[in-house]
Amino acid sequence: MSDKPLLRIINLKKRFGDKVVLDGISFDLNKGETKVIIGPSGTGKSTLLKSINRLVVPDEGEIWLGDTEIVRCKNINAIRQQIGYVFQDFGLFNHLTALENVMIGLTKVKKIPKKEALERARYELNRVGLSGIEDLYPAQLSGGQKQRVAIARALAMDPKLMLFDEPTSALDPELIGEVLAVMQELAESNMTMLVVSHEMGFARSVSDEIIFIEDGKIVEQAPPEKMFKDPENPRTREFLFKLSELYGEG
Amino acid sequence: MSEFLRQFMIVDIFVTNFGTLMQGLVFTFELAIVSMVFGTIFGVLLALGRSFGTRLLSWLCTAYIEIIRGTPLLAQLFILYFALPPYGIRLSAITVAFLGFTLNSAAYQAEYTRGSIEAVGEDQYMAAYSLGMSSWQTIIYVVLPQAIRWSIPAWTNELIYLLKSTSIAYVIGAPDLLTQGKFIASRNYQFFRVYLIVALIYLVIVLAAARLIGKIEKKIEIPGFGYTKNQR
Repeated sequence: MSDKPLLRIINLKKRFGDKVVLDGISFDLNKGETKVIIGPSGTGKSTLLKSINRLVVPDEGEIWLGDTEIVRCKNINAIRQQIGYVFQDFGLFNHLTALENVMIGLTKVKKIPKKEALERARYELNRVGLSGIEDLYPAQLSGGQKQRVAIARALAMDPKLMLFDEPTSALDPELIGEVLAVMQELAESNMTMLVVSHEMGFARSVSDEIIFIEDGKIVEQAPPEKMFKDPENPRTREFLFKLSELYGEG
Repeated sequence: MSEFLRQFMIVDIFVTNFGTLMQGLVFTFELAIVSMVFGTIFGVLLALGRSFGTRLLSWLCTAYIEIIRGTPLLAQLFILYFALPPYGIRLSAITVAFLGFTLNSAAYQAEYTRGSIEAVGEDQYMAAYSLGMSSWQTIIYVVLPQAIRWSIPAWTNELIYLLKSTSIAYVIGAPDLLTQGKFIASRNYQFFRVYLIVALIYLVIVLAAARLIGKIEKKIEIPGFGYTKNQR
C-alpha cells in the first residue's frame, strides 16, 4: 500500500475528432513529489490535467488516485474534492468575495459549519499572503492575488493532490513571482503537485522530475539536473533551448 | 383664458375623483408587482428548464416561451376570459388579469434570464466542478446568483413595462387605473382631462419606480458586474 504511487496514469488516450491529443501517456506521481510538465502548446498538457479531474473524459486508459480509478468511477464529485485544481484563468467565482470563494467549497460541498469554514478560509488566505483582502471581489484583485485566492480555495479542501494548469501564464511578469513563491512553499511542505508550466526556474529548483510531452506522447522524463544538462532526446534539447531563449535562464 | 388652456385645468377633477383614482392606482400596483414577482419566479424556472433540462423539458419550456412571445397579450387575456368558460373554467376579470400578466411576463423574463445564464463563462462551471460540486450545486450556488445579477437591468425595464401595460386589463374590465379613469370620464364627460390625469399618474409612478430600482441596484451592486456604474 505504502509503495503504491499517489497518482498512477496508465496508457491514457484521448482524441478530439481526428486530432489525437493524448497518445498513450503513462507515469506515476508519488506522495510528496512535484512533477512539472512542459511541451509545445496544443500537445495535450491541459487535456492531461483535465482528465485527471475528469473535466475531460479520456477515451482509453486508467487513472488511479490511490486505490480509486478515476476514468470509470461512479462518484466523481468525491474524487474532485480530493484534487485541488488551479486554472490558468483563475476561475474565481465573480459574485463572491475572496473569503467567500475559499469558503464555498467547505460549506456547500464538505458541509462544514459556517464558523469553522470561515476560520479555515481566513487561515488559507493568510497562508498565501492575502490577509486584508478577504472582502474584496475578484474584479478588485490583481491577477497575482486572484491566483493566490484560487490556490487558497483549492488548499482549503485538504486535497491529496494539487494540479496547476499554467498558473502563471495569464499574469503580468511582475506578478508571477508571488504565485511561484506560494507554489514553492507548498512543494517544500510536501504537497503532491503536478504542474504544467514553462517557468524553468521553478521547475529546476522545485520539481522532482520534468516530463516533456509532444504530440500527446511523453518524449522524455528526467530529474531537472539531467533534463537541463544532458537531455537524451534531440527534440527535448531543442525545446529547452527555445524556452531558455524566450524566458531567459530562469 | 382661452378655451384651449382651460382644457388643462385638471386639479378640481383630480381632487373630486381622488378616491376612485387611488383605488385604480392601488390595483395597478398590485397587478404589476404580483405579475413581476411570480413572473420572475416562473421565468427563472423556465430559463433553467430551457438551459439545463432534459430534451423534453427544454423543448416544452421553449415552446411555452415562443407561443407567449409570439401572440398578442390582448389575445391571451381574451382567451383566458372568454374562451375558457365554455369548458367550465370561469375566471373573474381580476383573476384573469393576475394570471394573464404573470404568464406573459414569465415568458419574457425567461428569455432575459437565459441570456444572463449564457453570459456566465465556462470557467465558472469548471471551477465549481473542480471543487466537487454537482451540476445542481453549480447551478444554484454559482450560475444562478451571477445570472440574476446580470438580469437586473432587464428586470427594471420589465417592471416599468408592466406598470404601464397592465392598463390593457381595462379591456376585460379589471379595476385598474385606466378603467377607473374611463369610469370617471363616462360620468363627467371630461374625457381629455381625465385621461390626461391618468397619463400623468402613470408618468409619476414610472419615474418613481425607475429611481427606486436604481437605488436598489446601487445597494446590491458587486464590482465586476455589468450594470455597475462606478467600476474601478
